[in-house]
Amino acid sequence: MSDRKVIQIGPFHPLLEEPVGFSLTVEGERVVAIEARMDYIHKGLERLAQERTYDMVPILLERICGICSVTHSVCFCNAVEDLLGVEIPPRAAYIRTILGELERLHSHLLWVGLAGHFIGYNTVFMWAWKYREPVCDAFEMLTGHRQNSALPMVGGVRRDLPEEYFPAVRRMLDELEGQTARLTAAVLDDPVLAARLKGVGVLSPAAALDFGVVGPTARASGLATDVRRDEPYAAYAELDWRVILRPEGDVFAKAVVRLLEIPESIGILRQCLDRMPAGPLNLGTLHVPRGEGIGRYEAPRGEDVHYVRSNGTNMPERLKVRAPSFVNIPSFKASCLGAPMADVMITLAACDPCYSCTERAMTLVDGRGAPIAAAPGLLAASRQRTFALARAFGRAPDLDLALD
Amino acid sequence: MEIERLGEWLFFYLVFPGAAFTLALGLALSWVDRKVGALVQWRQGPPPGQPFWDVVKLLGKEVIVPQPAWTGFLVLPFVACAAALLAATLVWHAALGLPGGALGDLVVVFYLLAIPGLAVVLGGAASGNPLAAAGASREMKLILGYELPLLMALLVPVFQQRLVEGRQVAAATLSLEGLVRFQELAGEAVYRPSGLLALLVALICCQAKLGLVPFDLAEADTELAEGALLEYSGPPLAMFKLTQAVQLATLPVLLVTVLWGGVERSPGGVATFGAKVLALVTLFVLIRNTNPRVRIDQALRFFWGPATAVAILALALARLGW
Repeated sequence: MSDRKVIQIGPFHPLLEEPVGFSLTVEGERVVAIEARMDYIHKGLERLAQERTYDMVPILLERICGICSVTHSVCFCNAVEDLLGVEIPPRAAYIRTILGELERLHSHLLWVGLAGHFIGYNTVFMWAWKYREPVCDAFEMLTGHRQNSALPMVGGVRRDLPEEYFPAVRRMLDELEGQTARLTAAVLDDPVLAARLKGVGVLSPAAALDFGVVGPTARASGLATDVRRDEPYAAYAELDWRVILRPEGDVFAKAVVRLLEIPESIGILRQCLDRMPAGPLNLGTLHVPRGEGIGRYEAPRGEDVHYVRSNGTNMPERLKVRAPSFVNIPSFKASCLGAPMADVMITLAACDPCYSCTERAMTLVDGRGAPIAAAPGLLAASRQRTFALARAFGRAPDLDLALD
Repeated sequence: MEIERLGEWLFFYLVFPGAAFTLALGLALSWVDRKVGALVQWRQGPPPGQPFWDVVKLLGKEVIVPQPAWTGFLVLPFVACAAALLAATLVWHAALGLPGGALGDLVVVFYLLAIPGLAVVLGGAASGNPLAAAGASREMKLILGYELPLLMALLVPVFQQRLVEGRQVAAATLSLEGLVRFQELAGEAVYRPSGLLALLVALICCQAKLGLVPFDLAEADTELAEGALLEYSGPPLAMFKLTQAVQLATLPVLLVTVLWGGVERSPGGVATFGAKVLALVTLFVLIRNTNPRVRIDQALRFFWGPATAVAILALALARLGW
């Protein structure tokens, strides 16, 4: 077709909060092909984790994602604890649950706001983010920081939560419950929103299975997967809550699943605050023997998987992170092709993609697809550049060029 | 047009009620837009001078012209602004009942008000950017969508049968001044069912003409990154922003003048007129802040379906004297 055009979304675009590249081939308004590129902000954290002790890695892994800081550090701890075959103390399990659910609350509210912004509904954007703010404040009250708590450690948690702030957190939960109930009712009743989102970007249950999508993206397509229920970690086995399911698979269903998961999280948090057991916080210093472990964790976006291999030293020999967005993002092939451009934008955003968690170092190719450099060469080039920069600024390089 | 009255007309166009006045009013109203929007969203909002300083800043910025662009790319923003200002002059002239006789009628104003939209389409297409081209094509479709129901809604007061001195008569004139005088005689068009329906349809169409949510498809910043205006920078972009401000100060005034009476020559009359215009602007802002952006096919279906149907109904009711 002669009227085909390529619309480039990203690496910098108002739709994106992180750099990622989507090339949409469109015929008029209809999108016929999508190419995704995700290697703009590869941070090499897996490699960095291999140069840090088991005590330091969880703190490093909080930096994988700007939102899921608890997710990745606890998931790593789950993996190492799987390797060790230890159970963490009950108080530590409850503290991890509280942190995880607070994170889910603010992450879901963040998505609701962004989704509103993406379809030009900036009032929803501002309201959802206003509701999100007290959740971050509660996180700060409990841990000292709005995002990165530095609490999870292998074998438990590093510090206790200050119980004098629990009443304030409870008050925050009560207020948030009313606010999200109103927001949910408003979203469910809005005819224009329904016209805009219902039947848009449908991911059928079969396609959801094929792509192996996880989290709210899967649950909105009727797949009942939730690691918290299927393979309980932390304190989830002792708590009461529902797994929210919607069969439709469209963007509206994804929004509804997230909105309805907010009250469930609030319920979990209340139970945790009420039943918080006393006792030790961690198992002390642990020696990690040779072996390998798998950690699973239900992040706000779905199942996060960490694989750890130990060679008996105090640093992991290999860490592999499989963030939920890695399996959720490719599902656009099933839900976006053939749709109008306006629908594709919101569908791309509907799985709550988190790009920096998903980043892969890829092979650099030129315009015709011929490889310019692969990972080892890129690494060497990057080191040389760091070295040159350090020299230009008259500083001693903090990298050893003869490293490998 | 007599040559000896050129000075008077130039004053109308350049100072009052044209360029200087309308620009100031438009920037003030776009502050109202931003402030009310901010209040709806629990934000502070900008200080009153912000829209003005935004334009001043843009005027001082470098102009970047993309390689494939032709001359029209730079000329069109100025054409758009000049046309919008001329339309504003004609509308205000009629609303205030200024001396000098009828300067233009409804059809002239209608065509002048279509120019900014067409300039956006041509300018966007001229830039050679695929996102801007997509925005331009959306704007074109949108124009095709809203112009018909808007014109029909504006014709309602022309055909509306009213009881004047015991006889059923219609204004039966396209002159804005004629419509104002007829309403002085027979009462405002909007207080009849047909007039109210016409105002509703015209309001929604003007929402699209102003490029506000839910009809901001041509700019759609999270899809097309400002769409048709994507490649514009510096003074030409400032001209488009000013055009939007002028339209914000013209369309509500046009609606009020045609459907809701002109300005009575008293402080109370001016205040009433101002309140009506402000009410319409506030409605624009509230609609803008309580809706998501619709898709282009949904927008067209809406304008050619319900909006046109209601406009036809309003015309029929007007003819029947309702």
